[in-house]
This record gives sequence, C-alpha cells and structure tokens, in this order.
Amino acid sequence: MSDNQTQSKTAQEPSKDQVLIQVNQLDSAYGERKILKGIELSVKQGEILVIMGGSGSGKSTLLKNMLGLMQPTRGEIIIDKMNINTVDKQQMLKLRRTMGVAFQGGALLSSMSVGDNIKLPLRQHTDLDESTISIMTRLKLELMNLAGFEDLMPSELSGGMLKRAGLARAVIMDPKILFFDEPSAGLDPVTSVELDQLILELRKAMNMTIIVVTHELESAFTIADRIAVLYDGEIVKTGTVEEIKACDDERVANLINRKPREVQIDGEKYLSRLTEGAE
Amino acid sequence: MSFECSDHLNYKVLHLTGEVDLSNSSKVRRCLLDILDNGQSVIVDFSDLTYIDSSGMATLVEGLNAANKKKLTLAIANANGAPLQVLELTRLNQVFNLIASVEDIKE
Repeated sequence: MSDNQTQSKTAQEPSKDQVLIQVNQLDSAYGERKILKGIELSVKQGEILVIMGGSGSGKSTLLKNMLGLMQPTRGEIIIDKMNINTVDKQQMLKLRRTMGVAFQGGALLSSMSVGDNIKLPLRQHTDLDESTISIMTRLKLELMNLAGFEDLMPSELSGGMLKRAGLARAVIMDPKILFFDEPSAGLDPVTSVELDQLILELRKAMNMTIIVVTHELESAFTIADRIAVLYDGEIVKTGTVEEIKACDDERVANLINRKPREVQIDGEKYLSRLTEGAE
Repeated sequence: MSFECSDHLNYKVLHLTGEVDLSNSSKVRRCLLDILDNGQSVIVDFSDLTYIDSSGMATLVEGLNAANKKKLTLAIANANGAPLQVLELTRLNQVFNLIASVEDIKE
C-alpha cells in the first residue's frame, strides 16, 4: 500500500545564516511622537533574538510593528521574504499562521476555558480531527507544566500560569516564529528559569525562530543568541551576550549595570512645559 | 511527505518520508487507524522522517492509545535527529516503544 496522492513536499533544511526577519530603516510614531528611529535589525532562522531596553525605549512598539499591528512611518519589515507593510490581507493571514505570539499577561479569552483558548487557533485554521486537537492541547499543557488545568477558566489561574497558558496557545500550531513579550515579568525566579529552559528546548526541537522582548537581564543572558539594546527608540548595540557585556557604550553599560539613566533637562523647555497655559 | 506500508513478520511497517505537519498528519492518522482497525500491530519507521510537528505526535499518541485498547503493539523505529528531539521535548520518548531498527522488533 502506498499513498500516491501525497504532496511531494521536501524537507528544506534552512541554512543557519538564512535571514528570516529583516527590519530596514524603520521609523514609527504615535501621532507626532516619534518612538522608533531608523531601526535596522535582522533575525536568522532558528535564532533567539532578545530585544532589551528600559521602559519607554520602544520595545513594545517594535514588537507591534514586527507583528504588523502598527504601520511604520518609514522603512519596511520583511518576514519570510514578504514585506509585511505591503502584502495583501490574504498573504498576511497566511504569514500570521506561521507566527505565534505570547503576550505579557497571557491574553486569554476570559469567557472560555483554558483548554478551549489553546484549541482556538487549531479549530479556526485547521481541519484536524477533534481528538487530535485534544491530544495536541494536552501535549502543550504538559509541556507548560499545566496538566489538569484544561477545564479551568483563566480567572482561576495565577499570573505565572496565565503566562504559560498564553505560551501554550502561542505554540499550539508549532509556529516558525515565536514572539514573546516579557516572558519573565511577574514570575517567581524558579518559574522564570523553567520558562527560559522551555524557550531553549522549543528552539532546539522545533528549530523555532524566537524574538523575546524583555528587560530581565538574567533571562536575556540565558536564552539569547544575540541581544539588541534599544535606547530612546534607537538600537544602540546588537551583539552576542559577551559582546553586550563587554560593550563600553554608556547606555548599554547602564542597562547591564542597572544604573538609572541621567535625564538631561533643557531648563527653558522644562519651564515652558510646567507653565504652559498658566497665567 | 509520503508514506508507504510494508510487512515485517506479523507487523505492518508504516514508513514515513519527509515532514509530517498540520497539512498532512490527517492522512497519516487515517492510515494508522486503518491498520489498527484491521487488527494488525504497527511499526512506524522514522528513518526518512526529517520533521514531525505536534499534530503528527498527537496522531501517534492516538494510534498508541488505540493499539493498547486492542492489545496490539505500536512501536517507533529509527527515531533520530529533529523527530527524536520532539519526542524528547514532549517526553513521549518515555511513552512509546522506541526501537533502533525495524528488525529489532520482538515477535
């Protein structure tokens, strides 16, 4: 017996140096307020890239741009050879099926059980048998150390559990690219280390390309192949963990050494802001 | 992805080639469940399998469960590289009967 109608899909071993995501000269703004300035970034297939920076440095805005949730004011983002700023809706939908996103708070739908939340992408985008979907969901719950929590509602989970359930949903379709926003935020140290290990295992077993946005140094140093440091909307350094640690740029060193940044104040502008509209 | 079946002793050997993923795991599932429904034990041969995703793994789990219920055997032969890593990641290497080669199956 043989299956003659099967596709002749050949396994393509991606080259280690194959660039999967390319960000070119990206500017992004909220109204008049410019957030990202001339971002240049590339992510290789199977790489874990950590985007680091303090609060307000533009990390989340960069993530939103990479997900196609925000249109840049200048520049372009190429993912898997597609310009996400110009592709049509259908192509974007197809691309999104190869991407998983784990949001900071889990972002589960509160009206559905944890299991149904995780099953949702499979039910929407595949015609898999319900028994296969059910086993896939339990496999991911096991992986996230959430076995037995399938029937609970999101409101019954702790913050760490919500995060892991969100990750389970993000990887349920074994995405080619995983975006992970602040994996360690709000987690106890042990859970945080476990999550880091899980990220490394996912990459190893599934050859996933993973982009992590974080300001947690320990986590970044554990999982990153390369780190891009954002400061005030600009990438001030991209490099391996060793290169980042050895970087003598004051803005990078301050982040690594947890040194508060010195805010330069223009006296006149400051006074003007404080007194604008006042008599 | 392609697959073909052959016989070895009193087992069916399901030889998978290429990548098993969301787009084709349903075909593997039908074939696997058909073999078990016919009352035959099965060896899934991974020697030419380059990738298997969680839908493929779930299919094998479903097959193993069906085999156990029918008191049949489902074994995996020649698991190496990425497919073995997926088995290890999901800890299913502790669930399946993994054998080094099809010839290593015990009657």
